[in-house]
Amino acid sequence: MSRSDVLVDADWVQAHLDDPGVVLVEVDEDTSAYEKGHIRGAVRVDWKTELQDPVRRDFVDKTGFENLLSEKGIANDDLVILYGGNNNWFAAYAYWYFRLYGHQNVKLLDGGRKKWELDSRELVEAVPSRPKTNYVAQEQDHTIRAFRDEVVEAISTKNLVDVRSPDEFSGKLLAPAHLPQEQAQRGGHIPTARNIPWSKAANDDGTFKSDEELRKLYEEAGVDLSKPTIAYCRIGERSSHTWFALHELLGLPDVKNYDGSWTEYGSLVGVPIELGDAK
Amino acid sequence: MSDGCGAPTQTASLPATVDLANEAVIQGTVVREGTPVSGAYARLLDATGEFTGEVVTSEEGVFRFFAAPGDWTIRVLAPGGVSVDSQVTAQVGEIAALEVAI
Repeated sequence: MSRSDVLVDADWVQAHLDDPGVVLVEVDEDTSAYEKGHIRGAVRVDWKTELQDPVRRDFVDKTGFENLLSEKGIANDDLVILYGGNNNWFAAYAYWYFRLYGHQNVKLLDGGRKKWELDSRELVEAVPSRPKTNYVAQEQDHTIRAFRDEVVEAISTKNLVDVRSPDEFSGKLLAPAHLPQEQAQRGGHIPTARNIPWSKAANDDGTFKSDEELRKLYEEAGVDLSKPTIAYCRIGERSSHTWFALHELLGLPDVKNYDGSWTEYGSLVGVPIELGDAK
Repeated sequence: MSDGCGAPTQTASLPATVDLANEAVIQGTVVREGTPVSGAYARLLDATGEFTGEVVTSEEGVFRFFAAPGDWTIRVLAPGGVSVDSQVTAQVGEIAALEVAI
């Protein structure tokens, strides 16, 4: 797999905005930015209200995903280009999610909304209308999704990559620094995890670093790239970004995203937790 | 429903749900020739220069972080290749305020 199979740059998007069969999708947790301006032709997906089950902590199920994509006017053979704010976290999450439900023709806009804005490229308010489709999804592909028992078993055997900030990893902070810190779960990290913040995989403008830089980054932090890897963060979106770097850009065969992440693990009764720096 | 880690929309005053007594707040305004700049990117870097968080400035040019006590760097990015660093020290129970001119 080459980088161009999974990632497109802003120039490419600019040149293919009007191509039939190409659908731009802006994904975020807070989608109010979309209303003020988005890339021409882009439809909106709300991570919180459209990709999550409204009651249980889980994703929308297969039927829910089929309904969502059908309503958005996305067909099975469309090339979907995902982008968003927050350095593409939620777009990367959506990418993982599209893969989870078997959509193969999907790519990320490198740098997402930030790079597009910093380049002073055009944003419009007009909301496109796309005819409804009859989208058919596959069963979830659990070769890319990790659950809690598997994570506990992975301690000391698989690579555990904690992509939160160093202060969250050590237990000093319980959430990213733009959020209030009062939280239910305990602080710390999963024993034997390496701390490689998601941000190290990205440049200041939100684009991904080169394959050579990425490989060096993970190897120098003690990740054995020949072994299976599980990435996690607090809730699973920042780790989708790292899952993308490891699985899609570097092409490692066995990389899973643990979407339960620290809010689940740090609330489990009886599991081991490590504090401070990586041991 | 689980809330994600996305940056919230920045507001001019501290959200009512936040108890300042438990938080080390860093808050500032981005200005260009005295006028607030909305839509700039404010990045919080820790004492080793490691990225910790990022928010987009509000209509009033405001950004805010809930940090840990200690020394931090604020890096502001804006179109045209603008990148400006400012140093700030945070303490629990206080708002460390700054203005960043770009």
